[in-house]
Amino acid sequence: MAQTTTPPPSLLGAGDARGRFGDSFFRVLTLAAGVLIFVILALVSLYLILESLPAIGASPEELSAGVPFWQYVLPLALGTLMASAIAILLSTPVSIAVALFISHYAPARVSKTVGYVIDILAAIPSVVFGAWGMTTLGPALVPVYEWLSRASAGVPGLSLVFGTPSTTGRTLLTAGIVLAIMILPIITSQCREIFIQTPRLHEEAALALGSTKWDMIKATVFPFARNGIVSAVMLGLGRALGETMAVTLVLAPGALTANLIGVGNKTIPAEIALNYPEAFGLRQSELIAAGLILFVITLAVNMVARWIVSRYAEFSGAN
Amino acid sequence: MSKRIEAHDVDIFYGKFKAVEGVSMTIEPRNVTAFIGPSGCGKTTFLRSINRMHEVLPGAHVTGRITLDGDNIYDPGVDPVTVRSMVGMVFQRPNPFPTMSIRDNVLAGYKINGKKMSKSDADDLVEQSLRGANLWEEVKDRLDRPGSGLSGGQQQRLCIARTVAVHPQVILMDEPCSALDPISTLAIEDLIRELKEDYTIVIVTHNMQQAARVSDTTAFFNIEGTGKPGKLIEMGPTEKIFSTPEVQATEDYITGRFG
Repeated sequence: MAQTTTPPPSLLGAGDARGRFGDSFFRVLTLAAGVLIFVILALVSLYLILESLPAIGASPEELSAGVPFWQYVLPLALGTLMASAIAILLSTPVSIAVALFISHYAPARVSKTVGYVIDILAAIPSVVFGAWGMTTLGPALVPVYEWLSRASAGVPGLSLVFGTPSTTGRTLLTAGIVLAIMILPIITSQCREIFIQTPRLHEEAALALGSTKWDMIKATVFPFARNGIVSAVMLGLGRALGETMAVTLVLAPGALTANLIGVGNKTIPAEIALNYPEAFGLRQSELIAAGLILFVITLAVNMVARWIVSRYAEFSGAN
Repeated sequence: MSKRIEAHDVDIFYGKFKAVEGVSMTIEPRNVTAFIGPSGCGKTTFLRSINRMHEVLPGAHVTGRITLDGDNIYDPGVDPVTVRSMVGMVFQRPNPFPTMSIRDNVLAGYKINGKKMSKSDADDLVEQSLRGANLWEEVKDRLDRPGSGLSGGQQQRLCIARTVAVHPQVILMDEPCSALDPISTLAIEDLIRELKEDYTIVIVTHNMQQAARVSDTTAFFNIEGTGKPGKLIEMGPTEKIFSTPEVQATEDYITGRFG
């Protein structure tokens, strides 16, 4: 029987150096997705800037507050930053502790349950948190605030932060606590993901040098996770800065004050949410300009986070 | 500075699975003892039970007695952390701490455990340990650079320096050269010969030539089949194991008939 021979495949003729259609198709697709982000960002910035210009350039008499725009927006920005700072300060240590418990201490079944509970926390709508903060947490905290106020009376600095207590409990500290609970799942789940990725090799190296579990965690888990913790906190901070509904409901707005447990303080998102529906003309422009300031703050926070992360790139463990 | 290790009827488990059965042996101080045997025979598992690293895996445990100069390391009153500070370990893949500089890696045992040390003492220890690991000349000008920037062989010697720095009694090495090139392997083997002047050294190796080159005593582990526990088959002076072993399986393994 004659053997049928197939000629060896030829290098030429089966397509060319530009590759297959699928490759170029996906290259274009991913490029388009990348470009789209820039286009969206540019359009949002453009919209915010154009709409803000009338308010930023307007004279004090024309504006709703009767003061120059910067005097109007600065207290709002500070209020936003204070609420977010409280949230981050309260939430970060708790989140890291919970994440560490899940990743390194709890037995498998317990850590799974705790993980689910944390995820459920993330699923609660912010309006529910707001309503709870306004009607339950706030009033419940009134006695605490009264005690804080009494205890810190006469102590320099503290008496400023814990001044005359509010009778409703709808204060910046309450808003900060609610925000802290809201960002807890974000930071926790991020941290957990990073903690469990700590290379076993390094954990064992630390243990083999005669370290306790906690020393091992300090020497391997935390340094390995540092960039990730920064990112997680920034993600939480971004959420806290922009959170509108919960703060709008919890906080009884007022003038900027350092007193965290008294009447006063506003945040940019709540200010916009409360006033935008009835605003028109220059007032609308004022509120959009406040939004622009929030955008700039968030951008700055993210850039600082990037900078912190990049500073340690050489020692990150990625190499 | 070196201690005698004795194992009495040691069984080692992963959960319910018995990985190693009935190991009894004596490991002499200031001596290099090599564990050889096919994959899965339990030699690494047994090595990791000598510094209580086996039990860091969930469900893993050890029965029987392993003593360091007569003290049972599995006594309920013994803290595994203390055992590990006396019995150092070098791993299969070089694992310097990537977030630490070369200097900090050498001092890691002290830094991690929160022990204070003056700068000059620390400098002395770093130099002494790096010299002890034959690495000083190569890194003395870049002690503040990350340890992960070194070559594989240098990283492994850095890990040995880190282990030596805490002044252990015993150094365990789990296939320390398996990820290294022949030149780096030679450097580590030279180092092992120097280290045995001061330490009890136990090395697991897949490389029989390496066992023949560096060890004084060789222990051959084997396994009857998958799912069966590994056992110590034969142990004796290295020349004897490699020339006139008493057990047929040992001869089959060292002559390359299986494994």
